[in-house]
Amino acid sequence: MSRSDVLVDADWVEAHIDTPGFVIVEVDEDTSAYDKGHIPSAVKIDWKKDLQDPVRRDFVDKVGFEALLSGKGISNDDTVVLYGGNNNWFAAYAYWYFKLYGHQNTLLLDGGRKKWELDSRELARDVPSREKTSYTASEQDEALRAKRDEVIAAIGKQNLVDVRSPDEFAGRLLAPAHLPQEQAQRGGHIPTAKNVPWSKAANEDGTFRADDELTSLYKEEAGVDFGKKTIAYCRIGERSAHTWFVLHEILGLPDVKNYDGSWTEYGSLVGVPIELGEGK
Amino acid sequence: MSNDGCGAPAGGVTITEDKAGKEAIVEGHVLRDGAPVATGYVRLLGTGDEFVAEVPLGEDGGFRFFAAPGDWTLRVLAPGDVRLEQTVSADIGHVTTVEFAI
Repeated sequence: MSRSDVLVDADWVEAHIDTPGFVIVEVDEDTSAYDKGHIPSAVKIDWKKDLQDPVRRDFVDKVGFEALLSGKGISNDDTVVLYGGNNNWFAAYAYWYFKLYGHQNTLLLDGGRKKWELDSRELARDVPSREKTSYTASEQDEALRAKRDEVIAAIGKQNLVDVRSPDEFAGRLLAPAHLPQEQAQRGGHIPTAKNVPWSKAANEDGTFRADDELTSLYKEEAGVDFGKKTIAYCRIGERSAHTWFVLHEILGLPDVKNYDGSWTEYGSLVGVPIELGEGK
Repeated sequence: MSNDGCGAPAGGVTITEDKAGKEAIVEGHVLRDGAPVATGYVRLLGTGDEFVAEVPLGEDGGFRFFAAPGDWTLRVLAPGDVRLEQTVSADIGHVTTVEFAI
């Protein structure tokens, strides 16, 4: 994978708004953003309601994902172009999620909703109606998703990249600064994790930084060993999906997993090691 | 309130000074000629312009951060290359209000 295989810019998306075989999908946590205006022809997916199991803490299962995509009018042959708010956090998460269930023809709009808005490009309010399909998903690709036992076993052996803010990493905050503080029982980070906040991979307009800057950020500045396996985590797995996208899809590292349990799971586990303080 | 995502709470939340509790809240509005700017973003930056958080503006041009106590820079981004900045101090149990005019 490389940048040109996975990222498209706003001009490209504008040119493909009505092209058959391409489905533009906005993914957000707060879907009122979509209702306020979205890229013309785009359908919406709700990060929480559509992608998370309503009872267990897990994803919707294969059958649920098939029903979701069928209902949205997305077929197995369609190329899905994802974008969203929060500098594409949730769109990158959906990208990872689509790959997990085997949808290979997936692209991400560089800069997401923010770049589109700051460019003053057209936003539509009408909701497109697409004919239902019979989507067939694959079994989850375990090579992309890290679970807690694997994360604990990776301490000191693999790269652990904590993409939260320095205050969350150090244990001073339990959530990003624009949210009320709550969630995991204990603050801190997984021992041996490097702190590379997701935001360092993005420009101010939400686009990803250039390949050489990204390589330098992880390899030289943070000391991530590109010859080793890597697990990225954050608080609930969406910011780390953004970093998973950078490492696996843009820079092409062969073995990168996203730990979607992330700090809300790890910081609530009994008996696991936790490190406090600044990054080393 | 319950919100286990990292995005801005849907539709915003209403908080008054007496409800700030143990939060250090920084909030305000972005207006153009007195009218709310509904398309734009506010970034919360720490020392050395270190990025900490970002929220989209609400329909009323409003924004809100739950910050750590201390000094912060707010940077507004809006269409037309608008870029405004202001420094603020946040304290636990207080709501610091900042109004921007484009």
